[in-house]
Amino acid sequence: MATRLPKVDCVLVGFGWTASILAHELTEAGLQVLALERGGFRDTVPDFSTTFIQDELRYAVRNGLFEEPERETLTFRNKTSETALPMRQLGSFRPASGAGGAGVHWNGQHWRFLPTDFLQRSHIEQRYGRKFIPDDMTIQDWGVTYEDLEPHFDAFEYLCGTSGRAGNLGGQKQDGGNPFEAARRRDYPNPPLKRGLAQVKFDEAAKAVGFHPFPCPASNTSRAYKNPLGVEMGACTYCGYCEWFGCGNFSKSSPQTTIFPVLIGKDGFEYRVRCEVTRVDLDKSKTHATGVTYVDAQGREFEQPADLVILCAFPTHNVHLLLVSGIGKPYDPQANAGVTGRNYAYQITSSVDVFVDELVNPFMGAGALGQAVDDFNGDNFDHGPENFIGGGYLAAWTTGGRPILQSHVPDGTPTWGSGWKKAMADNYLKSLSIATHGSVMSYRDAYLDLDPTYRDVYGNPLLRLTFDYHDNEIRMSKFLTDKAEMIAKAMKPRAMHAKPRKAPYSIVPYQTTHNTGGAIMGTDPRTSVVNRYLQSWDVPNVFVMGASAFPQNAGYNPTGTVGALTYWAAEAIRKQYLAKPGPLMSKA
Amino acid sequence: MKFAPDRRRVLKAALVPAVGVAPIAFVRDVLADAPQPSAPRVYLNEAEFAFVEAAVARLIPNDALGPGAKEAGVAEFIDHQLAGPYGRAETWYMQGPWKKGSDTQGYQLKLTPAALYRSAIADIDAHVHEASQGKAFVDLDAAAQDALLHELEDGKVELAHAPAKTFFKILLQNTTEGFLADPMYHGNRDFIGWKLIGFPGPRYNYVAEIEQHGKRYGQPTVGLLGRDGRRVMKDA
Repeated sequence: MATRLPKVDCVLVGFGWTASILAHELTEAGLQVLALERGGFRDTVPDFSTTFIQDELRYAVRNGLFEEPERETLTFRNKTSETALPMRQLGSFRPASGAGGAGVHWNGQHWRFLPTDFLQRSHIEQRYGRKFIPDDMTIQDWGVTYEDLEPHFDAFEYLCGTSGRAGNLGGQKQDGGNPFEAARRRDYPNPPLKRGLAQVKFDEAAKAVGFHPFPCPASNTSRAYKNPLGVEMGACTYCGYCEWFGCGNFSKSSPQTTIFPVLIGKDGFEYRVRCEVTRVDLDKSKTHATGVTYVDAQGREFEQPADLVILCAFPTHNVHLLLVSGIGKPYDPQANAGVTGRNYAYQITSSVDVFVDELVNPFMGAGALGQAVDDFNGDNFDHGPENFIGGGYLAAWTTGGRPILQSHVPDGTPTWGSGWKKAMADNYLKSLSIATHGSVMSYRDAYLDLDPTYRDVYGNPLLRLTFDYHDNEIRMSKFLTDKAEMIAKAMKPRAMHAKPRKAPYSIVPYQTTHNTGGAIMGTDPRTSVVNRYLQSWDVPNVFVMGASAFPQNAGYNPTGTVGALTYWAAEAIRKQYLAKPGPLMSKA
Repeated sequence: MKFAPDRRRVLKAALVPAVGVAPIAFVRDVLADAPQPSAPRVYLNEAEFAFVEAAVARLIPNDALGPGAKEAGVAEFIDHQLAGPYGRAETWYMQGPWKKGSDTQGYQLKLTPAALYRSAIADIDAHVHEASQGKAFVDLDAAAQDALLHELEDGKVELAHAPAKTFFKILLQNTTEGFLADPMYHGNRDFIGWKLIGFPGPRYNYVAEIEQHGKRYGQPTVGLLGRDGRRVMKDA
């Protein structure tokens, strides 16, 4: 039997970026807030100490900071006709576990989505006509606009101390920034990072072929910075251990480096670690949540009553909790009805490895040290002749030169033996890679539901993922890869190797941890799980944060938009919901 | 070292899962043949260790460019990895039912990495025994070892307990890891792997160097335990 605990005003499921932002915002509003985190507590000292964290094997290869499939995972298949099997070890994506969530191990690649991304269906219909959208593509508008979110993008960038250069200040184009970005109210809080040779070569080559390169927005601080909460960060040292690692230098923005110092110990806030929420508890009407049930490390079950329940877990876990709790009608692809689990999307990536004569020294880097072009993202170019929807950025990132996973050898190199050894010796210091990072639209046959066979350690059915790349995405990614090849050629390399993404989607090789959808936002309860304030249509005292709200995925890394949406929802909760708890939008 | 045909029986006996029960005569022979006394094995028995050492010596050979995986201690690295959480698949989802699945669904074998090595090495040596008049993999010359490794990589050999391709892929992956991971995990001894490619190790600060484009970085190689490339971490 579950032990019933004293009630709190608000319970947050998870303790990553979205929970940390909400915890701060809602305690400021006077609420008593509890965060329940399935992993352990972690902080810069001692967990990310620079004398220990720079260990590629432990963290990047053996997944030291991530969730353990042994406890919970999902099953996967490409098509509904196949039998889904468990993801037995992490591969294609790596959800975090522990305080700070993915905010600990991300690279800090901090983007704003484009205005047209938020109007994905209506904009395409308006510019290219209704017939331009394939029948099985289920893209939708978000229900919020870029203009709604702009103050919140700004707030998140200033929280993080993002380093970059504005390309559009209040409608005025700025030299050296991204000319395709939407209007921002003010410049980035910090100037761009120092550039390595890869960024300089990319910049020159991209200009030579007529594109518009700019420094990537980086939540790696280029100088000492104090954020609006009064939390101080140090200048990045370009050690090359961002992604898969925690930052020991207080330079990569994370909940630990931007919020925890003012949140931990604050009146009204409590967190509990190694507490796995297994269910959102509903009353008999199924329209009101009474709290959550969780299991602690000792295996004890607790019932935690709360007035407000906010899901802040990884997107797939948010959807899993909604499904096992019976919130929102489960999506049925045959009937094309129901909402929970609908419109799962991902990211499509490819690369072109470039082998040059100069020493690139790839080990000097930072997670978001990159030079990019945005000419082919969103609807920044005419899609008419291309006959696909979507786009992405091209970038030369130097996130690090960690030897096991970040070395490049030319096409045709043997996989082992003296030939491989020689190629490693000849190319490790003299290569770079141009990445393409593309959007993935949503489709009728890409979704999340509960698996009929496999269960997690708590006895709950595993989430089941059904997903494959569609022709639209493969063609779009090929288009981006071709453009990346143009830039590569302009570097006049001694060799280059284009690695286009091919179908079918495989859950094995790492691609990105940008899993989206399944609890999508919108203005119509028949096609969305949450309204434009991320509030459940069916259970109004439940809100669902994170990229599970994306109706489809854009061509950028998601964290900037996730942060903005969180501030947007926090404002709605503070200014509207708390004054009058109930639905913030009418269902009609 | 040479294996007489009757050694095969002993070898097979040594392949039973219980660790540390290899017949004394066999262990003595292997140790006598070893170039120098080495650290005690922690998971692999001596025959298995000899297989791994011979295989990694072909995957990353000692050649004109310098020492390879064997000299870098990659077999010791793999032995320790298999004895630890990785070998036990401690964080993997290992609940049935077990089905083959498609390539896109990933690893679906019931075998942990440690169990996979044990069964695959036994199966491969049985295959070699059959095909080469009672020899084991370690008895083959380099060309024959390379040919067999290619056959495993291409899935041209049928092994009883696991697809050859799957084992080869993991063996190659672990070999690369052992060659390029921090020496504290027993591989990359004396920074052999890092020095080959030019990685200076986990240094903390490149603020002064990052804008010196095209210039060779001059600091000596360093690991998390310092500049001694033979220091290993306790329990690594």
